[in-house]
Parts: sequence; C-alpha cells; structure tokens
Amino acid sequence: MEAAAGGRRAYSIIVPTYNERLNVAIIVYLIFKHLPDVNFEIIIVDDGSPDGTQDIVKQLQQVYGEDRILLRARPRKLGLGTAYLHGLKHASGEFVVIMDADLSHHPKYLPSFIRKQKETGADVVTGTRYVKNGGVHGWNLMRKLTSRGANVLAQTLLQPGASDLTGSFRLYKRDVLEDLISSCVSKGYVFQMEMIVRATRKGYHIEEVPITFVDRVFGISKLGGSEIVEYLKGLVYLLLTT
Amino acid sequence: MFCFLILIPFFFYDRKTPHSQMKHVFKIVAILVAISAIWIALLETSTVPRSYTWLLPIYLVVVLGCYGLFMVGFGLMFFPTCPQEAILLQQDIVEAKEFLAKKGVDVGSE
Ligand SMILES: Nc1nc2c(ncn2[C@@H]2O[C@H](COP(=O)(O)OP(=O)(O)OP(=O)(O)O)[C@@H](O)[C@H]2O)c(=O)[nH]1
Ligand SMILES: [Mg+2]
Repeated sequence: MEAAAGGRRAYSIIVPTYNERLNVAIIVYLIFKHLPDVNFEIIIVDDGSPDGTQDIVKQLQQVYGEDRILLRARPRKLGLGTAYLHGLKHASGEFVVIMDADLSHHPKYLPSFIRKQKETGADVVTGTRYVKNGGVHGWNLMRKLTSRGANVLAQTLLQPGASDLTGSFRLYKRDVLEDLISSCVSKGYVFQMEMIVRATRKGYHIEEVPITFVDRVFGISKLGGSEIVEYLKGLVYLLLTT
Repeated sequence: MFCFLILIPFFFYDRKTPHSQMKHVFKIVAILVAISAIWIALLETSTVPRSYTWLLPIYLVVVLGCYGLFMVGFGLMFFPTCPQEAILLQQDIVEAKEFLAKKGVDVGSE
C-alpha cells in the first residue's frame, strides 16, 4: 500500500496542537506504530505554540519524512474549529481522521476505526467512551455527574444518533467532513456535538467504535468553569436549528 | 377544536431545508401539544373523574423527573472506567521517548 508515495493518501490524520511539545512527539510515534502498513499522512495544525511544538514537529519530519508529517502552522491561536478546516484544506486523503494531540485519544484505536469503516461503508465513524470496552480514566465524581447529566439531557431532547456527543476522535469521509464543517457554526466542544447531530439529520451513515479516554497527562487543561452554560446554550441552539 | 391543536406543529414544518424535516424543537412541541390535546379531551368528556384528570400533568412531570434521575444514577453506577489504560499509556510514553531520543528528537524537557 505504501506504493503511492507522494501522491494521494488513503487517510489524512489531522492533529491540532497548541502547546503540545511532548505529546505531539509521542502521538506521532504511536500512530506510526499502530498503522504500520497504511497509506496515511499526519497533518499537524499548530497555532504558533510558544513552547516550541513546531521545532519538535520539524525534528519528527526528519525521522518519518516530510511527506508523511505535514506541518501546517498558523501564526496565532485561532481556535479549534478553524484549525480542522485549515488542516482539511491540506488533506489529500480519501478519509480524514480528527484526533486530539494530548494522548486522550490513543492511536491504538485507529485500526478499529478503519476496519469499522471498511466493514460498514460508514460516512462517519465516531469513538464512544460510554459503551462496553470503552471508558474514561481520571475524572472525579463531579466530572462524571455532569457528563452523565449532559448526556441524558441530550439523548432525550435531541436524539443525536450517537452515544458520545462531545468526543472528537472521529473518522470521516473527506467530502462528508467538508460538508459538515461548512454547515457548523459553534465553537468549542459544542462544535463536536453540532457536527454529529448535523450528520445524523443529514442522513449520513454513522457507526461507533469503543475508545478509552485517559485525561491528559502532560500540559495544562483548557477546561473552563463556564462549560456547563456553554453546553446548555449549545443544546438549545441545536434544538432550534436542526 | 383538538384536531386543530394537533395540526399546529405542521404549520412550522420547514420545507426549505434540503432534507425537508421538522426542526427538532417542533417535534418536541408537537408531542407536548398532542399530550395536551388528549388531556383536554379527557377533561371535557370526563371519562375519568375530573379530580384525577387535573393531577395527570403533575404525574407526568414526576415521571419524567424520575426517569432523568434514574438514567443519570444508573449511568454513574455503571460509568465505564479504565484504570489499566492509564498504566498502559505510561508504558507507551516511556517506549516512545526512548525511541525518539535515539532518533535525535528532543523529548527530554517538560
Ligand atoms: N491549532 C489549535 N489547536 C488547539 C487549540 N485549542 C486546543 N487545541 C488542541 O486541540 C486538542 C484538544 O484540546 P484540549 O485542550 O485537550 O481540550 P479538551 O480535551 O476539551 O480539554 P483537556 O484535555 O481537559 O485540556 C489538543 O490537541 C490541543 O492542543 C487552538 O486554538 N488551535
Ligand atoms: Mg483533551
């Protein structure tokens, strides 16, 4: 499969980073480890991280090749939603995977995303933490409670068509992702929820695979206190527009 | 009169969206309106004693609340956790650092 060097790739893995110097190195190593004979490229969208993430990416390019790791940086922190869009513009793959760089999304699940897509021909394969063989590590009771509450509320009111709305470890058909991104307006992780709800409403075929989620080890969490309010606003917005 | 109530949601039917579907909020409104219509019908015809009929909406709210609490409660009780994954990840990190350091990638700091 490696034959198509330089040409189009089968899979483009978009990894947005902001201050993920150490994490990005580890995740790149793990991706190559777990996808030994898959024709893929990694697109790193770094927003001018002050910690020197881009220097590490350049070193990784020396190890793995500049055609396998693409650094598509932007001058300053412009947010996650536009980071995906930016990465997508440079993606050559027929399928696009989106994952976080902070090791919460383990590359060892990539083969199961790919297998699931091949078996079912799905438009979107989304990782879910809330099923058998899935799970979360490192959340306190409060975090679990809000997560469950939010999930029950959304499942009852929205019927979103997926069991894990706010997770962002997903594989898309390229044109499906283009379509979804262009019709989503939310910011933050309401964006993840909007993507999957719109995918359901547009009638795309969605499949799920179990993933485990270990809360970030290195680097600082950008979780704010106003998340619940943002979530509820997002829920109302989606009720009104989808 | 009740038939009219049930028809209301269809006035909101959104023909302009490409996939021609009701906005989700109107599905919910439709269900609420349908329930109210049945309730009013029960009140008017008094097949059930009125004093019972008046209490029905309260029962409904209580039942919904219980459903929510149970779902959240069960979700919490059976919340899937994966402590072994944290250990495996630590091993992966060590392995990755070792390999990358050999290849000259600067993974020492942090
Ligand atoms: N390019 C870019 N990447 C970002 C930006 N904000 C976050 N990221 C990256 O997006 C991914 C997810 O962000 P996180 O900070 O982990 O968000 P989270 O998972 O909701 O929260 P925690 O893991 O608890 O911190 C990580 O790989 C970040 O480095 C941004 O503004 N621009
Ligand atoms: Mg994270």
